Amino acid sequence: MAPATYELTVNGQKRSVTADPGTPLLWILRDELKLTGTKYGCGIAACGACTVHVGGVATRSCIVPVSLIGDRPIVTIEAVSQDPVGRAVQDAWVSHDVVQCGYCQSGQIMSAVALLKSNRKPTDKDIEQSMGGNICRCGTYVRIREAIKMAGGAQS
Amino acid sequence: MSRSRMAVGLAWFLLILSVGAFATSAQQSPDPTAPRRADGLAAWDQVHSVLIHPRCINCHTAVDYPQQGDERRRHYANVVRGPDGHGVPGLQCATCHQESNANSTGVPGRHNWHLAPLSMAWQDRNDKPLSSAAICRAITDRRTNHNMDGPALLKHNAEDTLVGWAWEPGRDIHGNARTVPPLSRAEFAEATRQWVEAGMPCPKL
Amino acid sequence: MKPAQQISRRAFLAASGTAAGGLLVSLYFDRPLHAQQPAQNPRIYPPDAFIEIKPDGNIVIQVNRLEFGQGVQTALPMLLADEMDADWSQVVAELAPAADIYRDPMRGFQMVGGSGSIATSFQQYRELGARTRAMLVAAAAARWTVAPEQCRTEASVVRGPGGQAAKYAELATDAARISVPATVQLKKPADFRLIGKQVRRLDSRAKCDGSLKFGLDLDLPGMKVALVAHPPVFGARPKSVDDTAARSITGVANVFQIPTVSGGAAVAVVADKFWTAKQARDALKVEWDLTAVERPDSAALWATYRQLAGTPGNVAVTRGDRAALDALASGDRIVAEYEFPFLAHSPMEPLNTTVRFDEGRAEVWAGSQFQTVDQAAIAEVLGLKPEQVTFHTEMAGGGFGRRATADSHVQREAAEIAKRVPGTPIKVIWTREDDVQGGYYRPMHAHRVEVGVGRDGLPVAWRHVVVGQSIVAGTIFAGFMIKNGVDATAVEGVADTDYAIPNFHVSVHHPAPNVPVLWWRSVGHTHTAFVMETLIDELAARAKMDPIAYRRRLLNPDAKKLRAALDLMEEKSAPWRAKLARNHAAGIACHECFGTAVACAVDVSIENKRPRIHRATVAIDAGLVVNPLSVEAQCQGGLSFGVSQLMAKGAITLKDGRVEQSNFDAYTPPYIMDAPVAVDVHIVPSTENPTGCGEPPVPVISPAVVNALTKLTGKRYRTLPLLTV
Repeated sequence: MAPATYELTVNGQKRSVTADPGTPLLWILRDELKLTGTKYGCGIAACGACTVHVGGVATRSCIVPVSLIGDRPIVTIEAVSQDPVGRAVQDAWVSHDVVQCGYCQSGQIMSAVALLKSNRKPTDKDIEQSMGGNICRCGTYVRIREAIKMAGGAQS
Repeated sequence: MSRSRMAVGLAWFLLILSVGAFATSAQQSPDPTAPRRADGLAAWDQVHSVLIHPRCINCHTAVDYPQQGDERRRHYANVVRGPDGHGVPGLQCATCHQESNANSTGVPGRHNWHLAPLSMAWQDRNDKPLSSAAICRAITDRRTNHNMDGPALLKHNAEDTLVGWAWEPGRDIHGNARTVPPLSRAEFAEATRQWVEAGMPCPKL
Repeated sequence: MKPAQQISRRAFLAASGTAAGGLLVSLYFDRPLHAQQPAQNPRIYPPDAFIEIKPDGNIVIQVNRLEFGQGVQTALPMLLADEMDADWSQVVAELAPAADIYRDPMRGFQMVGGSGSIATSFQQYRELGARTRAMLVAAAAARWTVAPEQCRTEASVVRGPGGQAAKYAELATDAARISVPATVQLKKPADFRLIGKQVRRLDSRAKCDGSLKFGLDLDLPGMKVALVAHPPVFGARPKSVDDTAARSITGVANVFQIPTVSGGAAVAVVADKFWTAKQARDALKVEWDLTAVERPDSAALWATYRQLAGTPGNVAVTRGDRAALDALASGDRIVAEYEFPFLAHSPMEPLNTTVRFDEGRAEVWAGSQFQTVDQAAIAEVLGLKPEQVTFHTEMAGGGFGRRATADSHVQREAAEIAKRVPGTPIKVIWTREDDVQGGYYRPMHAHRVEVGVGRDGLPVAWRHVVVGQSIVAGTIFAGFMIKNGVDATAVEGVADTDYAIPNFHVSVHHPAPNVPVLWWRSVGHTHTAFVMETLIDELAARAKMDPIAYRRRLLNPDAKKLRAALDLMEEKSAPWRAKLARNHAAGIACHECFGTAVACAVDVSIENKRPRIHRATVAIDAGLVVNPLSVEAQCQGGLSFGVSQLMAKGAITLKDGRVEQSNFDAYTPPYIMDAPVAVDVHIVPSTENPTGCGEPPVPVISPAVVNALTKLTGKRYRTLPLLTV
């Protein structure tokens, strides 16, 4: 396919990229815009490491081609601290020592932020369902549950 | 034999004949419902063959998750139905499925991608398709089918955008075109029309 | 320590370099190594290779091994900073490049694995900190003309007897001129300010805001990305390659074949970026020559393994009377056969290495568990000496053993490609499909165990055959780890069991199918602990004894750590075990490996036909614990990782030579709902030498869960993964 130019809004900034229309947003972010905080884990949306927010919706960027983004604003892990919920989640992650290798955590945080923005007091079941598609091989799940509750509580 | 006995016998014979004749004529007189029902059931078979195709039935589940693939395995990544069939925050259908198919990554897409409500389940809780009769009953039950009458069902089958995805399902991650239902959409719509006009008959069993 | 002026790391490396492939001392952990007193390692490590005090007061500490989640980049600096009396808020950790000075003090090469980082570098990093402190104090004392003994240190400040004070940053230049003291005094535990305390990780924030770069994130000017089309059957080579379509894609620089370590060949695609390389690789039309390679098939292998398990193998350990079992009545015997599949590690960050080759030198960036070995391998491929290869250690997104390969196969791939594209940094990336299908699995195993039960319900005789590939055969480690035809890693956890079984015989067969294998977090214990702990539980049930009491009865009296862990686990789990919810059961398991004992109790029910782990109580005896927060995390994480073995889609299988799974959809690791919901961790207080924590929690979770399931269903589970419950 011939490359096309896309005007994207990423973390509040207008960015213009020229790429093969089928290029997943993940690789636009990482290779064109040098935003490497969003990670490649599987390429089939099974692990969640690539999660960003597109138009306010948690989105798995490894399988969404740049041609389908349109004018929906994109927010990545690099900017999520500018959102009060994002900040609360990151702070809870740090104070509760959630991370181990850390590779999955950008995606975990983006998914957790989506959950908490929709529901500030998620139940255990809510947490499990919303976070149920994010893989952590180091097994930080126990602390992720606890940190989500902390972050939700901290927002009151 | 006496003449009176012969007369009685003849009378019996004539009576039996006339009864027989009457009975015969009763079977041969036109029944307005019969051909419609037979045709309608045949049309239903056609409709049914589309409904149970993976492109349709994979999202008409009785459980908390969709299926995927022609082998109809449980959709991976633990995606769940959520309160209204659109998933849950952080893991919505729209988290992956966009407004149109993403052939470069093998993810199908169409506007408002979501699960059919539980009331429209065409499978049991072991992911086995229900019988043709059971599916037919589910589809025609106004209490559970979002109050759709015949014309509404026809419109749904003929015009609904998400339903139409089944005939334009895109390619999987290996670049292979997904299989489509055994009838074209036009044939599906026509079969639905015939079935509706026949009074939406359902098989008995 | 380095003063404010930057010391050229290159010059330093040149001065200390020796042949990287040199003497490897006993590398693998066995009991004698754990018992070794740290003081037996007399080497004096120069502070300036490990510590840099910056003018702004920041203290940069070099960590001599890879950080891949286990917390070493916090724990080792804690040791140093505590002895140094450094201001912890100013400590920065860096992952040291490959250099002789950073070799593991006991294993003799730069590596991480065997849960040994704290055990082997405990003394080393403390001494580094103490020496640095002594030099700073000496500098201050000289400046103030006082005796060093009159000075105190605290939070990066030296204080003199007369109220004088100087920051470490101010003293650094002077201190660097002082000779490194030969003897050093370490703190008494009562004086620890960091060691033994809950200290949060140093790398958390950067891992939460996207700023920390992993190997896969590396971006260098002029860099190209390479993807490799590997043969679908290990060791095969292309018969023909049609790269016309691949080359026609804009951004593709080159397509060529490279040799693979298994004697075959693969096809490398070099392109400007990942997506281009991926599309080009997908567009390759490769016909593979599969005639000359063995095509392993899981079904066929199982048939062979089961048959082998019924025959005696190479003897790993034997004591007592081999025939004692045969003398028993069949009613007093249990025969149990177990099966364990191939497992992929699948760390979240797929494998990657970046190599740049220039004339007479090379530069490498890799998240490597085996820097010395990898550096030497790259040098070999490029025709260089190891010291001509600058090897940067990148933060890695998990490893679990996958990044510790004796054959350095990924690094060799990268070097082979870089050799063809000199002057250009080449980043080789393995996709997830490459990872799942690329081999180096935890080997599949079959066990056959015959147990003779005595009148008292305890095992009087035990005959155990293990069947599984040798992990180290054909590698540089074979000489140390294979004795009498027995690869120690296949029988650890059984051969060295702490259960007092008088007539005990363990033997092993090592078939060698064409599948590369590797150590998977806790190695042999992944399967041996499952066998031991489920069989012991079965024996306890048969004897109508409580499973904890039974173990206590059967354990060797001197199994100090196991007994301590068992006792603590029993105490901490008693309250909830006493009031389990309906349809819940408690399962327990205990195991010692890499010098650390772990005991675990789990609360399990069956939900949607799968085990649901509501809670786990873990007790651990790892000697002196440097960072209890880190130990807690490793226990929680290790349990969750261990659940991998139970997942319904947690097996790698081969059919006619090809791996059947390709990604997480068909090879599925634990997600949040599969892992324990809550895990409380209890550390046995100890002043013994520290042992490890990265692996010890992993082996206990599978048997503990299965022991609970058996209570719920009455079934025995001897085949993993759990396809049905």
